[in-house]
Formats: sequence, C-alpha cells, structure tokens
Amino acid sequence: MSLRKDQEVITELIEPGIKVIDIGCGSGELLAALEENKGVTGHGLEIASEKVSTALASGISAIQGDGDTDLQYYPDKSFDYAILGQTLQIMRHPKMVLQDALRIAKKVIVVIPNFGHFKNRIYLATRGRMPVTSKLSYQWYETPNIHFCTIKDFIVLAEEIGCKIEKKLYMDGKGKTRPFSGNGSLHANLFGDFGIFVLSKD
Amino acid sequence: MAEKGIKSFFGPDYREVEVGKIITLCDDEPLLLASGAEISSFPVAYQTYGNLNRDKNNAILVCHGLTGDQYAAQKHPVTGKPGWWKQIIGKGKALDTEKYFIICTNVLGGCMGTLGPKDINPETKKPYNLDFPVITVSDMVNVQKLLVEKLEIDKLLCVIGGSMGGMQVLQWATAYPESIYSAVPIACAARHTAQNIAFHEIGRQAIMADPNWCGGSYINEKKFPSGGLSVARMTAHVTYLSESALHRKFGRELQDRSKISFGFDADFQIESYLRYQGITFVERFDPNSYLYITRAMDYFDLTSEHSSLDNAFKNTKASFCIVSFSSDWLFPTQEAKQIVRALAGTGSDISFVEIETDKGHDAFLLDEPEFYRTVAGFIKKVAKKAGL
Repeated sequence: MSLRKDQEVITELIEPGIKVIDIGCGSGELLAALEENKGVTGHGLEIASEKVSTALASGISAIQGDGDTDLQYYPDKSFDYAILGQTLQIMRHPKMVLQDALRIAKKVIVVIPNFGHFKNRIYLATRGRMPVTSKLSYQWYETPNIHFCTIKDFIVLAEEIGCKIEKKLYMDGKGKTRPFSGNGSLHANLFGDFGIFVLSKD
Repeated sequence: MAEKGIKSFFGPDYREVEVGKIITLCDDEPLLLASGAEISSFPVAYQTYGNLNRDKNNAILVCHGLTGDQYAAQKHPVTGKPGWWKQIIGKGKALDTEKYFIICTNVLGGCMGTLGPKDINPETKKPYNLDFPVITVSDMVNVQKLLVEKLEIDKLLCVIGGSMGGMQVLQWATAYPESIYSAVPIACAARHTAQNIAFHEIGRQAIMADPNWCGGSYINEKKFPSGGLSVARMTAHVTYLSESALHRKFGRELQDRSKISFGFDADFQIESYLRYQGITFVERFDPNSYLYITRAMDYFDLTSEHSSLDNAFKNTKASFCIVSFSSDWLFPTQEAKQIVRALAGTGSDISFVEIETDKGHDAFLLDEPEFYRTVAGFIKKVAKKAGL
C-alpha cells in the first residue's frame, strides 16, 4: 500500500510505540504503515463499510462510525495521538470534531487542504468561479469537502479553541514540507497546498 | 475423560440417531443455574475440528444460534446436510483448522445430545418435559466453561458466534474476561428487545396451542406437535430474512401453477418455501427445547444484569470484532452500536463493521465474502498478538 505525501509526513511526526486513532482511516493504509514502521497501537474510525472491512481484513483495528457523532464515546486522553488527515474539511461540525479529538488524545495532527493558495485566489479572482485545480479537483456541487478553510483560517480556529500549536508546517506544490517562515502565516498560506499542524490541549 | 456416542430421537417418528461425542460434566459437584436449580452428571455433546497445540492457546469456541448445534463443519447426522458454518470453518478458511482447534458444543437445553427437556429425569425416570429447569444464556456459557476446563484450556484464543451465539460470546466476555483473548459477537445484541420477545412468544404459543403438545408431555404420549413447531419455525424464519431478499427470491411468483387457485393451497412460492422450512425443521428439533432456548434468549439482558453496559464490560481485556448486517431487522446495527459504544469507553481493542447485504439476519450463515475476510483478518491479528 502506498501512502499519500501528507501521510508520509504524519508518519515522521509520530513517535514509536504509542497509541493512535486515525479519524477517517479509510482502508487503514496509514495505520498499517504506522504499525509496521513505528510499532504503534492503531485504531481507526471510518464511515464507509467496505473500507472498514478492508482494514479489518488486513489486521487493522477499526470501527465503522461517524467522526461527527462517535468521538464522544471515547474517554479523555485515551490515545497519544489523534490524526485528522484531510478529514476535518469533510465533517459537518469541524470545530466540534477538533475539540473532541483534542479531548480524547494528548496530541492531534491535522492536515488541511489550503484554500488560500495563491493559485486558488487567482482562479477565483480572474474567473469568478470556485477553483477546480489538480489539488482541488471537484466541482462545487460534488465535492466531499464541505468546509473549506485557509491555513490562516485554521490558525484562527485553533486560537479560538484555545489549543497550543506545537508544530506548523506546510506542503508546497512539489510535495516538499517546510516550516512557516517568519512569525506570520502569509507565506505558508500563499504557497502551501496543505497545512500540517500538531496541536495539544490540556 | 468419559466420551461416548449416544443415541437420541428426532421428529414425529421418534427416529433414533447417534449424536456424536458426549462428555459428562459435574459428576462431583452440581452446577447451580441462574434460576436456583441445580444439575449434575449431565451430558454435553460437542464436536472439534483441527488439533489443540502443545501450549493449548489455539482453541476457538464456536457458539451456535437458537436452532443450530455442534455440527458446525461436518455432515449433520439427522438432516444429512453439511455443517451450518462450513463456509467459515475448515482448511484455509477464516477459522483455519490447520492452525486452530475449533470447539462447538450443543447448548444446555438443546436436543442434540446435551442435557435438555427430552432427556430422562433421574428422579422420575421419565422425560423432564416442563420439569426441566428454565435456563439462561449464562447457564449455557457456564457449561461451556466447564467443558473448556475439562479440555485443559486456560484461555480461548477466540469465542465467536452469531445471533444467540453472539449473546454467548458477550456473556463469555463479561463473565470470564480472563479466559478469552478475543471475542467476535455477530448479528446480536446485549439484550433481547420487546420485538424479539414478541416473535418468540408467537412461536411458543403456536407450539403450546397444538393439541399434540399434551401440556409438554408429548414424549410420554408418543405424540408430536408437528403443526405448532412448524408454524413457530415459519414465523421465525421470516424474521431471519429481509423484505428485499424475499422479493428477490420469490416476489409474487406462483408455485407449480400458472394462475391463482382461489383456495388456501400454497399458491405462492413463498408459502411453499415456508411450509418446507417448517416441515424439515420438525424432523430435527425438539418442541420443548424450542420453548426453553427461546426463553433463555428473552431473558438475556447484560444491561440490567450489570446495571449498565459500560459496567458489564469494565473488566474485559479482550480484543473485539463486532459485526452486524445492514438488512438485519431482528438484531439491527443500532443494537451492535450500543455494544461498540460501551466498549469504546473501556479502552479495549475494538473493531466494528456493518456488512452491506440484503440477506437479513441469516446473512451470517450465508455466502458473504466480505464478512469472511473481515473475520479472517481479525483472527489472524489476534493469533499473532497471542504469540501463535
């Protein structure tokens, strides 16, 4: 199984031997890689039945459930890390999901596609239509991404929730991961295809 | 260890058939049942597949449903049909007999060799009939635990079963959390719902309304409530299917005729099918056993027994794989989710999937490749974890 570029970054961010929940785990590709390479104890949450059974068939622990409603059943800090890898923007209640993730895990890794990328801005400004690019390839009426945000928007949400941003990175068009330059997020928000954050909240 | 083949009798003709491996339990000390009654020196019929390894850590207990029995993976001595879970048990299958030692017992109250209402009451030298004590799922599991101990197995690699078998799995997980590595409850619930009890009551009333039931003493009279038992089965069978599966298989197709007869013959294929289900069931199942086992299911309620479901699972350390089927309206996914939620709170290793199918509750007995590969992957994982 091959990992997405952002999942490779997540793998590097995670310490060996810890307990991880992947919210929106798909068929368990990332968890399988984490279990094999980092010896983590993995647990997945996924809404699609056939993806869950594929995960289970490959020996991954996963629950068929809805991130929007089912995180409440996990006790506080029952995981070392929660992963929201390109899933927050497809949730109905992203803020609540993020708060729940911060409650059930000591640290949360969030990957968001960045709507603030300069190409998206130019697309919208010049054509007056919602951007459809190689990175955001859906028409507005069929996109699963129902809650788009920019890297800057996400930082505002993190501040509002009152969590600590332990790490902030962005992935550029070549799939290279970079730290934010300077104090602000201007550069990352213009050139990042994805924002990658490690958050925590006591 | 006493093992012998004994004969039992089946159907309206009281046909004698050998029911396989039998072990006698509780010779020294009686078993206290949930009702307060005690039983001792009683037979338990079971079958095994594969071999127990030297460390005795590769044993899997398969629990059967309401009308199943210990013939899970071999030809049935009464019906001549293949085992009810042959799709899942065998060489190279999800429960691989090359790797695992599979045990399946006939439940307490059953009619395939384990002590049940048609057996002779040592006190009266007559069949127990309705003098048989009312049994519960926990009694069934306590008997299984005694058998597993007799086989010198400290810890089962897995307990797996569907429907009432799934209830037994949950009972194992709550009553003997230290004795299992993993649990696979399938198409079941932590309690029997009002709707489930209602359907069981219809079945029981059908049996008891048959004059040949003789107040439960049909064996003494050499009679048999075939009609009642058959109706009970027909009703239950409908609850095991789904509307869309019935439509797909039968629709409004007529049976061996080109037009309706304006009578009460089996005009429709579905009628003919149900009648066949009823008739064949009567040949292999004991009416009083049906009463007792349905009652055991009705009484099952982990929530009230432990004051809450969270509490029921608080000591469990087992890995769980919970499976439901999308078109099962007898044990709907919602019931499985209650179990999942309670277990999520314990921090146990849990997996849960709702398999998409139109085959209804019976899906766990039918050809469902997605279900098999799910179970296979889970068993492989727990075997690795247990050091196999």
